[in-house]
Amino acid sequence: MSVIYILLTVSVIVGVAFFIVFLLAVKSGQYDDSYTPSVRMLFEDELVKKQTKQSTKSKTD
Amino acid sequence: MENKSCFHCGDDCGIHPIIVNDKSFCCNGCKTVFEIFSENELTCYYDLQHSPGTIPKEVAGKYDFLAQDNIIEKLTEFRSDTLEIVTLYIPHIHCSSCIWILENLNKLNTDISDSQVNFGKKTVRISYNSEKTNLKDVVLLLCSIGYEPYISLEDFQSGKKHINRTLIYKLGVAGFGFGNIMFLSFPEYFEVNEYWLEQYKHLFRWLMFALSLPVVFYSAQDYFISAYKGLRSKLLNIDVPIALGITVLFLRSTIEIIFDLGSGFFDSLAGLVFFLLVGKYFQQKTYDFLSFERDYKSYFPIAITKIDKDGHEDSIQVYDIKKGDRLLIRNEELIPVDGILINGRGKIDYSFVTGESQPVSKVSGDKLFAGGKQTSGVIELEALKSVEQSYLTQLWSNDVFNKNKEDEFTTITNTISKHFTITILSIALIATTFWLVIDASKAMNVFTAVLIIACPCAIALSAPFTFGNLLRIFGKLKFYVKNAGVLEQLAEIDTIIFDKTGTITSNKSSHAIYDGEGLTQDEALVLKNSLRGSNHPLSRTLYDILETHDIVTLDHFNEHIGKGIEAQHQAVNLKIGSAHFVGSPMEQSALNTTVHISSNSNYKGKYTFYNSYRKGVAKLFNALKPHFDLVILSGDNEGERENLKKLLPAKTKLIFNQKPEDKLEYIKYHQSEGAKVLMIGDGLNDAGALAQSNVGIAISEDVNVFSPACDAILDASKFKHLFNYIKASKSAIKIIKWSFVLSFLYNIVGLYFAVTGQLAPVVAAILMPLSSISIVVFTTLCTNFLGRRLK
Repeated sequence: MSVIYILLTVSVIVGVAFFIVFLLAVKSGQYDDSYTPSVRMLFEDELVKKQTKQSTKSKTD
Repeated sequence: MENKSCFHCGDDCGIHPIIVNDKSFCCNGCKTVFEIFSENELTCYYDLQHSPGTIPKEVAGKYDFLAQDNIIEKLTEFRSDTLEIVTLYIPHIHCSSCIWILENLNKLNTDISDSQVNFGKKTVRISYNSEKTNLKDVVLLLCSIGYEPYISLEDFQSGKKHINRTLIYKLGVAGFGFGNIMFLSFPEYFEVNEYWLEQYKHLFRWLMFALSLPVVFYSAQDYFISAYKGLRSKLLNIDVPIALGITVLFLRSTIEIIFDLGSGFFDSLAGLVFFLLVGKYFQQKTYDFLSFERDYKSYFPIAITKIDKDGHEDSIQVYDIKKGDRLLIRNEELIPVDGILINGRGKIDYSFVTGESQPVSKVSGDKLFAGGKQTSGVIELEALKSVEQSYLTQLWSNDVFNKNKEDEFTTITNTISKHFTITILSIALIATTFWLVIDASKAMNVFTAVLIIACPCAIALSAPFTFGNLLRIFGKLKFYVKNAGVLEQLAEIDTIIFDKTGTITSNKSSHAIYDGEGLTQDEALVLKNSLRGSNHPLSRTLYDILETHDIVTLDHFNEHIGKGIEAQHQAVNLKIGSAHFVGSPMEQSALNTTVHISSNSNYKGKYTFYNSYRKGVAKLFNALKPHFDLVILSGDNEGERENLKKLLPAKTKLIFNQKPEDKLEYIKYHQSEGAKVLMIGDGLNDAGALAQSNVGIAISEDVNVFSPACDAILDASKFKHLFNYIKASKSAIKIIKWSFVLSFLYNIVGLYFAVTGQLAPVVAAILMPLSSISIVVFTTLCTNFLGRRLK
C-alpha cells in the first residue's frame, strides 16, 4: 500500500476530529454568549486580591 | 458645599449622606446592599467598576406568587426534588461588577449551587437546592442586592426557550468542506503531470465529491428551498440563480469525474456556499438584550393578589381573573385588567401606555384602565373585564400583529436578480447555440460554464455586508435596528408620523408657567421651602424650576396626601395643591396639569405644567420638512396645539384625541394611497401603529427597560439625529448599487472565459473568491466611511 493512502487517511481523520470538536463546542453553547466568558476569565485574580485586602483591613481595624 | 456621589449607585447623595466606613451613601437601601456585601466579603464588587449598583426597591409581597407550584413549574428550566434551574432576566446587568456579583451568589446563599451570567442577553441562570431554598427566596435575594429580575406574563407563556444554532452548524460544515476540498485540489491546480498524481487523481476527486455532499445537501439547502418558494410564487429572487449555479456546479463536476473529463469545480462550489453563509451570518447580527417582538405580555405581571370574600389574600394568575374579582394592587404594581377603584388613593402612572409621565390621581369609584402602574400605596379594585378583553389588550387582536411585514417587500437584491437571471439565461442560450454551430462538443461545456461563473455570489453578498455593517454602526450610535430589511424600507420613507407624549416630548422634564397674582418675596420663599419637603413628583418638578432661595425652617408643614401641602412660616400660611384643596374659584382645568396656590386663604394663582419638548425637535422638523410629509398623531387632548404650532414648521398636520385603533387606521389609509410611512412612537398605545407602518421606530429613554413591538429602537438622546439615520440608509442603497456594478464587471470577465469555452477550474477558483472578497472589502470600507460621517 502506498504511503499516500496513509497520509490521506491521517489528514482526513485530523480534519474530521477538528470538525467534531467544533460541533461539540457549538452544541455545548460556547457560541451563544461570546462576551461574558471574556470578562469572567479575569475574575480569578480579583478574588485573590480581595482576600488579601480583607486581611490587611482586619489588621488596621 | 459639594455633594458626594453614592458609593453604591453613583447618585447624588444630597446634603445629608449616610456615612459608613468613610463611604457615603444616598439612601438606606444602598447602605444595606453595601453592608450585605461587606459582611460576605464581596466588596470586590466596588473595585471592578465605580459605583456599579442600583437602589434596591421595596418588594414586600410582590413576589408571593413565586411560591405557587404551577408558576414555579412554568418558570424553571429543570426541576427535580433537589435541584431547580431557572433563568432570570435582569435589566440592570450592565458591567463586569454585575457579572462578578451575580456569579458569586452562592456566597450570599449557600443553597445556590451555581449561577452563570449571559451578559449579552442580560440573564442569569441559577441552579439551587430546592429542598433548602426556593425560587421566591432566590428572587428576594436578588432584589435585596438591587438586581431585581423582570418576570412578566411572557415568561409564563413561552416556556422553555429553544436556541437556534442551525446557521452556525451549516457554516461549520461548509467551511470544513471548503478547506479540505481546497487542499485536495492543489495538485490539480499546478497540473503536475507526474506518475503518482495520475495514479491517485481518482481517489482525490472522489474524496472531494464526498466532502461536497454535505455542503450541497445540508449547508446549501436553504437556497434551494427559497428558490423553490420563489419560483412557485412566480418570483425570480436572488436565490434562484444561486440555486441554479450550485446545481450546475455539482452536476457538471460529478459528471466530469465520473467520465474522467476533468477535476470538476468542487472547490468553487464549497467556497461559494461558504461565502454566502458567511454573509448570512454577518447579517444575522441581532441585539440579544433587546426584544423587537414585545406585546403587552412582556409588561404584565404573572400573578396578582386577589382578595376573597373573607378578606383572605391569595395570589392568582392574571389569566384567571374574572369579572367581579376584588384585586389588591401594591405600590409599583401594574394594573392588569380594566376595573373600578374601590379602596385607596390611586396615583396611576400610564407612561407604559401613553408615554405621559405625570401620574393621574384617581379616587374611589373611578375607572382604571389596564396597563397603568400604581405609584402610591395600596389600592383595591374590582375587575370589570378579563385580561384579553381590556381596553388596551384588545388592540392585539387586530390582524396587523399576525402578518409578516417582510413578505410584502421586494428587496433591492431581488429586484436586480430578476433582470440578472433573465440576462444570464439568454447569454447562456445564445452562447450555446453559437457553439452548437461551431463545435457541438463544446456546447454543453459552455452552457454550464456560463451558469457557473455567473452565479451571483458577489451580488448576494453586497446587501448583507452593507446592511450588516450599517446595523452595527447604528447600534453603536444607539439606534438599534431589527434587521437589514428595515434599513431598506427606511430609505424609501416619504411620510413620517410622530406620537406626541413621550416621543417628541421628554419624559424627564417639563416646564411650568405661573398664571395669577404675583407672589411676594416671603411667599416665594415659603413656597420653595415647602416644596423641598414634599416627595410628590409635581413638587419635585416645580422645586427644580423655581429660583433658589435661602433654606428656612418652616414653623408648620403638613402634606395632605393626594391633595396638597400646607405650610406655615412666620406670617405666611401657604396652601399648595389641587384646585379643590386650595379653594380655587375656578374649576380644575381638564386640559393641563396644574398646581394651585393660596396664601392666608387668599387664592393667588396656579402653575400650569406644559410638556417639555426634546432638544432639537424644531430643528429636526425643519430639516425633515422639505423631504417628507410630517404628521403629529397624539392620543392627548388639544391642550398643546398652540405650542406645537409655534414650534413646528407650518403644514405639519396636528391630529389629537386619537385612540390606539385610530392611529392604526390613519396609517393604513395613507398606505392605501401609496405612502411609505415611518411611525415614531413610544408607548403600548402606539403598538398598533408601529406594526402597521412600513417602519416603526420606538423611542426609549432606557433601551433595556421598555419598548413596544417595533422595527427599530432609538435611544431618546439620539432623537435629533433621526434625519441622519435616514440619510445613511439612503446612502447604503447607493453603496449596494455601486457594488452591483463592481460585481457585474467581474461577471463580464468571467463570462468572457465561459463563452469562449476556456473556463478552467483554477480560473473559477480564483475569480469567485476574489469577486466575493473584493465586494466585502468595498462595502465594508464604504459603510465605515458613512459611519464616520454620522458621528
